[in-house]
Amino acid sequence: MNLTLHVWRQNSASDKGRMVRYEARDVNPDMSFLEMLDVVNEELILKGDNPIAFDHDCREGVCGSCGFMINGVAHGPSHGTAVCQLHMRHYKDGDVLFLEPWRARAFPVVKDLYVDRKALDRIIAAGGYISVSTGSAPDGNAILVPKDKSDRAMDAAACIGCGACVAACPNASAALFTGAKISHLGLLPQGQPERRQRALSMVAQAAAEGFGHCTNIGECEAVCPKEIKLEVIARMNRDFLKASWTSRQKPLAGSDG
Amino acid sequence: MSIQMSATVVGGHPNRASRFYAAPIGKKAVMAVTGVVLFGFVLGHLAGNLQVFEGQHQLDSYAAFLKATPVLLWGTRLVLLVSVILHIVASIQLTQMKRAARPVAYAKKNNSHSSFASRTMMWSGPFIAFFIAFHLMHFTLGTGQPNFNGAAVFGNIVQAFQSPLVAFFYIFAMLLLGTHLHHGLYSMFQTLGANHPSFMPVIKRVAALGAILITAGFIAIPVAVLAGVIHT
Repeated sequence: MNLTLHVWRQNSASDKGRMVRYEARDVNPDMSFLEMLDVVNEELILKGDNPIAFDHDCREGVCGSCGFMINGVAHGPSHGTAVCQLHMRHYKDGDVLFLEPWRARAFPVVKDLYVDRKALDRIIAAGGYISVSTGSAPDGNAILVPKDKSDRAMDAAACIGCGACVAACPNASAALFTGAKISHLGLLPQGQPERRQRALSMVAQAAAEGFGHCTNIGECEAVCPKEIKLEVIARMNRDFLKASWTSRQKPLAGSDG
Repeated sequence: MSIQMSATVVGGHPNRASRFYAAPIGKKAVMAVTGVVLFGFVLGHLAGNLQVFEGQHQLDSYAAFLKATPVLLWGTRLVLLVSVILHIVASIQLTQMKRAARPVAYAKKNNSHSSFASRTMMWSGPFIAFFIAFHLMHFTLGTGQPNFNGAAVFGNIVQAFQSPLVAFFYIFAMLLLGTHLHHGLYSMFQTLGANHPSFMPVIKRVAALGAILITAGFIAIPVAVLAGVIHT
């Protein structure tokens, strides 16, 4: 099958960038989307052009490195998968595809489809952790975790931090990501000591990074490769509201510099 | 863990209230709570208006009762004014935040999973604000209407809606109010943290049904006047 690609090309964060048209010829339907781009890139290299830059690592849908917009949908049309797990059999001969990077002020373009997502790391650093005492290993099952909470914490922990929620959100909000991390830790007994401060700090960090607000519309949930639910955002809101008015401690990390 | 990384982000606020409002969720909570107040008013206003179907005497005596209790009337107006201002200010600030959050727009963007109502809140909202200003001049102040009589509410309504232009403008405004309420009624629960698989589907259905019933209730009045069901 032959495809027409319109790909965002941008040399650096300071470059203005533009859409460039490419023809992908004899695409094998068994290829993954990234393998199709690999083949296009080999042709570009042979012609002496710059290959299209895109972020990727495991190509198994678990690392969260890859991701870009395909015809305006984060990770493309296949539900519950990252773009590395999208296969070319979903397309047909003659299809025209627009490939664009995640677009958000907090995700500056490094090159082409490759964006800098360190803003998400800084949200984690602001409060997405628990404190543990080092020393000898604790007894197994010393802390009881109800099955339903363990399941829900695992569901939230499935977030791979790919940034598709931000990309799909009309407000470029990181609420689904932040909510997933807050829910993951806040559902477990080990996450309780910092629970209130975590909500305050991570929410403040997300705003400081330049992410927008949540308008509860659900575009993020629809594209999440790990199918994280909007419920995690409500949980984050709940923790934030409680912490704002009842917490007796100062927020984590940096209220005094 | 680098402390420097996130330093000064949560600091710098003199008290809880300012730190709360500085966060996007704080602004959203203000919108949700003022939304509850404004929704309560819409319900009360609808209940009052529907007395038009009971006849001239019932509606005009209800209006006289409101005017005879200035504490109730002005208390309500004050609460509504404060709520409207907070609702609008927070929405403008959040919209500015949203614009700044995506400086380069997508060449192609597919928003197929969100509702029409949810994506048009910043269109329906300002139009409703404009409509409220018009509506106050039209039925409360009687601006530009020589036959307006503040005590004869029934007569004012019938006279106004006999003009199809005015009636259709009101019907259009109520349809936009309906879409605004459709998303707002659900969204206030999510914003305030009330989302649970056992009741969220119910909230969504009740929000949609409530928006339809309220819109239908308001629209019934100009339609009834146009159809001649309500007349002087």
